[in-house]
Amino acid sequence: MGMMTVKKLSRMLREREVSSVEVTKSYLARIEQRDGVIGSFITVCADEALKAATAADTLLAKGEGGALTGIPVGIKDNICTAGVRTTCASRMLERFLPPYDATVVKRLKDAGAVILGKLNMDEFAMGSSTESSYFKKTKNPYDLSCVPGGSSGGSAACVTAELAPFALGSDTGGSIRQPAAFCGNVGLKPTYGLVSRFGLVAFASSLDQIGSFTHTVEDCALVLNHIAGHDPMDSTSAALDLPDYTGALTGEVKGMRIGVPREYLGEGIQPEIRAAVEDAMKVLERLGAHCEYCSLPLTQYALPAYYLISSAEASSNLARYDGVKYGYRVSEFKGLNDLYEKTRSEGFGAEVKRRIMLGTYALSSGYYDAYYKKAQQVRTLIGQDFGKRFAEFDVLLTPTTPTTAYRFGEKSDPLAMYMGDICTVAVNIAGLPAISIPAGLDRAGKPIGIQLIGDRFAESEILRVAHAYEKETGHDAISPVWREESV
Amino acid sequence: MKIDKEQVRHVAALAKLRFEESELEAFGDSLGAIIAFADQLNELDVGTVGATAQSSDLYNVFREDEQKASYPREVILANAPEQCEGCYAVPKIVE
Repeated sequence: MGMMTVKKLSRMLREREVSSVEVTKSYLARIEQRDGVIGSFITVCADEALKAATAADTLLAKGEGGALTGIPVGIKDNICTAGVRTTCASRMLERFLPPYDATVVKRLKDAGAVILGKLNMDEFAMGSSTESSYFKKTKNPYDLSCVPGGSSGGSAACVTAELAPFALGSDTGGSIRQPAAFCGNVGLKPTYGLVSRFGLVAFASSLDQIGSFTHTVEDCALVLNHIAGHDPMDSTSAALDLPDYTGALTGEVKGMRIGVPREYLGEGIQPEIRAAVEDAMKVLERLGAHCEYCSLPLTQYALPAYYLISSAEASSNLARYDGVKYGYRVSEFKGLNDLYEKTRSEGFGAEVKRRIMLGTYALSSGYYDAYYKKAQQVRTLIGQDFGKRFAEFDVLLTPTTPTTAYRFGEKSDPLAMYMGDICTVAVNIAGLPAISIPAGLDRAGKPIGIQLIGDRFAESEILRVAHAYEKETGHDAISPVWREESV
Repeated sequence: MKIDKEQVRHVAALAKLRFEESELEAFGDSLGAIIAFADQLNELDVGTVGATAQSSDLYNVFREDEQKASYPREVILANAPEQCEGCYAVPKIVE
């Protein structure tokens, strides 16, 4: 079928060149054929998908429906789907059947999208390689010996392997942008509050945000049109009049001011990635934008602040898993405390326990001011740092990751794994929107991602720049070599 | 920063987690390394800078107090590991 974008599929469906049932069957067949190797799905819902596709075809036959009607999609397994198990890739929720749909899922269903299944991830979204999943490893379609990134590794790999034309993920400290960079697709983390979090299983509530994985920036804008918007069920969602995000894709960046913070290009950044950012500056200059180096002096402090804040929130959020209301419960215990401790110790994996412990420590008596409160004060300063830069620039350009995808087991030391998030966490701390887009391959043939960061609710600006860059370079057309061999 | 076995046990008890005796030391070491990394925040003089808990401009969000249907009891109880007469079953907590 070749690389199939949402836009192209949508046109084919509406012009009745294909039916949604045919499209859905072809994706299900490809999942059957390839996902044994890739490992992106935890649950495939073939029957439900075909039912939804049939309903979409009925609408399309009447000339009704919109841009997503009949289009298949994969959903990260921490986003609730009514009656379809939502595991967070954890033993704790192995059999959890949500009684309701997350707002984003409801919106996609209302738009006529076809949910193919639920995608693998790091357990409770805590990780950067998808290796902490209780169920399986997901492989990077560009190099099967490498991780797809994380925590939304299943979402990224499934889009690159063309097991779904788009997917949803969540991003607390880079969990959409980093796997999008590792797998060579477009990943958007919207502004905090733009997309409802209702039905997203909470990790760190002040940082979590749902976003998309797509092949192109155009598809990204199209999907954002459908998932963004105020939701009374999420009191942190913003009540704003939203634009048609595809309207921003004019290809025109003349006069736009683009800042490149030097701190993001320092030690530890793979030379080919630094070169990709420098090359992007030249491309954007050629298109008429003004690119200039700038400074975000607090960059190095974002990572420790992030791990303290996110872990503190996680320790509180994950207190709900107590073996009583839902989720795993041990079979034998003596009294309530024993039930809690055994259930949680058996139900959670090592990384989740580490984060809960770190967060509990940072919140505990005697350490609260030194760690949690301090991190929150640094959060204020980081927000002010960005504010100053957005007075001077429309968009900031950085690498998405310090390196391209690494091998399984390579980052066995937790701290080494955390260091990989150095380019992404500050965005969540400040609640900003950011997109990772493909910027070619390194010498080993692995994808490089560059990141565009915007001011709050300035999605249109980053999409505009991303789209112009994509059109000029054609990097969106790159796909893994193995695809041709196996189709 | 060294996190000793006793501290690991203390924090684990607060978090309702339990570690094997053999896990305590390694867990303390990995936690200690992360805390030591976090200690670089002390290089910054934050003075009297206010703390930021969340990044939206929202303060209090109110809605009308309207009566609405809730989920049926059996739907909510369907995920319970153990239930009894329409309630969650928990171990006896009063001797």
